[in-house]
Amino acid sequence: MATTTSVRRPGGPGRRMTPAGIAIWTAIALVGAVCWTVLALSRGEEVSALWILFAALASYAIAYRFYARFIAHRVLEVDDGRATPAERLENGQDFDVTDRRVLFGHHFAAIAGAGPLVGPVLAAQMGYLPGTIWIIVGVILAGAVQDMMVLFFSMRRDGRSLGQMVREEIGAVGGVAALIAVFAIMIIILAVLALVVVNALAESPWGVFSIGLTIPIALFMGFYLRYLRPGRVSETTAIGVGLLLVAIVLGGWIDDTGLGETLTLSHETLTICLIVYGFVASVLPVWMLLTPRDYLSTFMKIGVIVLLAVGLVLARPALQNEDVTSFALDGDGPVFAGELFPFVFITIACGALSGFHALISSGTTPKMIAKESHVRMIGYGGMLMESFVAIGALIAACVIDQGLYFAMNSPAGATGGTAESAAEFVGTLGFTLSPDTLTQAAAAVQEPTLVSRTGGAPTLAVGISQIFTDAFGGGLAAFWYHFAIMFEALFILTAVDAGTRVGRFMLQDTIGNVWPRYADTSWRPAAWSASALVVAAWGYMLYVGVTDPLGGINQLFPLFGISNQLLAAIALCLCVTLMLKHGKARWVWVPLVPLVWDLITTMTASWQKVFSDNPAIGYFAQADRYRDARDAGEVLAPATSADQMDQVITNSTVNGVLQLTFAVLVVVVVLNAAIVWVRALRAGGLPTTEVPAVPSQIVAPADFFATAEEKAAVRAWEESRLTGSAR
Amino acid sequence: MSALVRAWRGVRWYVREATGEARWDEYVERCAREGVEPMSRRAWERHRADRREHDLRGRCC
Repeated sequence: MATTTSVRRPGGPGRRMTPAGIAIWTAIALVGAVCWTVLALSRGEEVSALWILFAALASYAIAYRFYARFIAHRVLEVDDGRATPAERLENGQDFDVTDRRVLFGHHFAAIAGAGPLVGPVLAAQMGYLPGTIWIIVGVILAGAVQDMMVLFFSMRRDGRSLGQMVREEIGAVGGVAALIAVFAIMIIILAVLALVVVNALAESPWGVFSIGLTIPIALFMGFYLRYLRPGRVSETTAIGVGLLLVAIVLGGWIDDTGLGETLTLSHETLTICLIVYGFVASVLPVWMLLTPRDYLSTFMKIGVIVLLAVGLVLARPALQNEDVTSFALDGDGPVFAGELFPFVFITIACGALSGFHALISSGTTPKMIAKESHVRMIGYGGMLMESFVAIGALIAACVIDQGLYFAMNSPAGATGGTAESAAEFVGTLGFTLSPDTLTQAAAAVQEPTLVSRTGGAPTLAVGISQIFTDAFGGGLAAFWYHFAIMFEALFILTAVDAGTRVGRFMLQDTIGNVWPRYADTSWRPAAWSASALVVAAWGYMLYVGVTDPLGGINQLFPLFGISNQLLAAIALCLCVTLMLKHGKARWVWVPLVPLVWDLITTMTASWQKVFSDNPAIGYFAQADRYRDARDAGEVLAPATSADQMDQVITNSTVNGVLQLTFAVLVVVVVLNAAIVWVRALRAGGLPTTEVPAVPSQIVAPADFFATAEEKAAVRAWEESRLTGSAR
Repeated sequence: MSALVRAWRGVRWYVREATGEARWDEYVERCAREGVEPMSRRAWERHRADRREHDLRGRCC
């Protein structure tokens, strides 16, 4: 039996870099430095989007090579001689030793969604520079660090979930607060994602048709996999993707038919459709809808990311907006209100720092890791890839005509809803845009209108369509637009299905504490009622967003961003706690710096959203303003009736209360953790729930590409295993 | 073995691993090694699907 388990890489800890390595890394550093310099010094001239792209890639490479390795070896002290839970508890089900590259794919598919696509598009109103800097610096110092550390700590605890770890390592109070926060934040995230889909599909028969067809396509795939060809996943996915492309093409033809009119749905109708769909999807067996849809969306996700990277390099588009716009400094942007600090940091959540990832990094992925050192490539590397998606989305929003950008992203109350009024409104912002240009832009992608198509998805689709048309030619602008809408809607719907299910399990588990039978996930009354409660919760928030006269995205997106970042605060708080409990106060700055920065931005943003006396920012100030006007018998624009006045008052109050609740829950967790920090610092460390070390029998390379040394070690190990079992 | 063939094999291996199709082969192999009659693919896949039913596998935003 081979027990040699740790294979050292050349250049690994304690080794010197080779001259070739030094030359390559110097070259990468130079590329990055040149790109950043160009971005920093360009003022008022045309800047190519490729500078952003390569600044990002060079920065990621250096961060991965040096900072992530430093965290792995010095801070966390990963030990490849120690068996992972996948090895110790292997059961072929959830605990399963998985090839590092395959697990990287699984993990990335689980963390990447619509978040990194939407946030950067909205943040583009502040110019290209704030978003670029925050996405790149944020992911390197905060987001990827959080994902990797949570993954490591959960792995050392047999894959415990974030909530369980907070309860066991911080305390019962913090644990309960974290549990409530996770549930509430998930509801908001589902509602905002659903809102993005509603806004992308409303009044768009092509979109409704092709997205609608994904349901029968997924059902077909589900039955095909279950009854006709069990287990042939790639074959089924290939058929599904083919049908999906056909559905997009067919959508272009139904516009002028009678069906086109039937499928021109209002925001309210779509909301009801989505709520009904969400409920049905979450109670159906997963093989019918959720699993096949997941295959489709994963395939589309990877396909579009690859296409976007290739398209950007081929099209080499120039950025159309300023580096930093006046909205960033004055806080009066039409897309969302608030100044650069703190609002750029909460608008771009996923892609820079996403608390939601902590839920994936604890629980599922840690139970499949083969070697401890893999937390670097899976946790840190996976998040870098997500950040790259965010950079792609930011570029797509910055390369379209900025008059068009603001006409699409300003709420209907501001643009007035028609091409003429929108052109006039955009003129007041300082952009020249004729109503004709706006109508033509809509006609080019075969949409009835592009005015006030808020939510980010249509803007991203226009940007992607422009980049792909430039890169690949062929005059397929309308196809690419709907291809991009399909891609976003597909994985938002997957997230809604899966999120509702996860919410249902959480609810059943919680109620199960007082009524044990309710926790049985196969007991139908419990499953159905819990699903209904979850759907009702996000459905209500979705309805609030859809009908809000002030514009749902404008109102709800900050709530989404802040809550995601607050979840990150809970995760980072846990990391700090564990560093101190393990007696590693020396390296505690690694999670502490991002935690402090995250708390500063989210608490400032929360404070402003709750207490600001500027009605454009503060929810309660807004409610007061409309209440005073209503009591005086007035109707304040953009509301057009007394009913809408009441609606604004209710919505703003609900949003304000939620915002306050989230902030308070996080403060509770942080305070509870601070007590543990002081105790741990005084004692120089405290016992934790870390599982004792067991020697590992597995040999596996540490990084994406195996070195010759590692390959030889793996070969020797496999041979010894074969002779061992033959005996 | 040309580079193209190697690349194709690599992609094929990755897709089969990532979709879980390779699991069936592993199962059949294990059964052969242990001298057990494997269950039908249909029954085996159904068993896996039922397990997925109660699996908390989230998807992120």
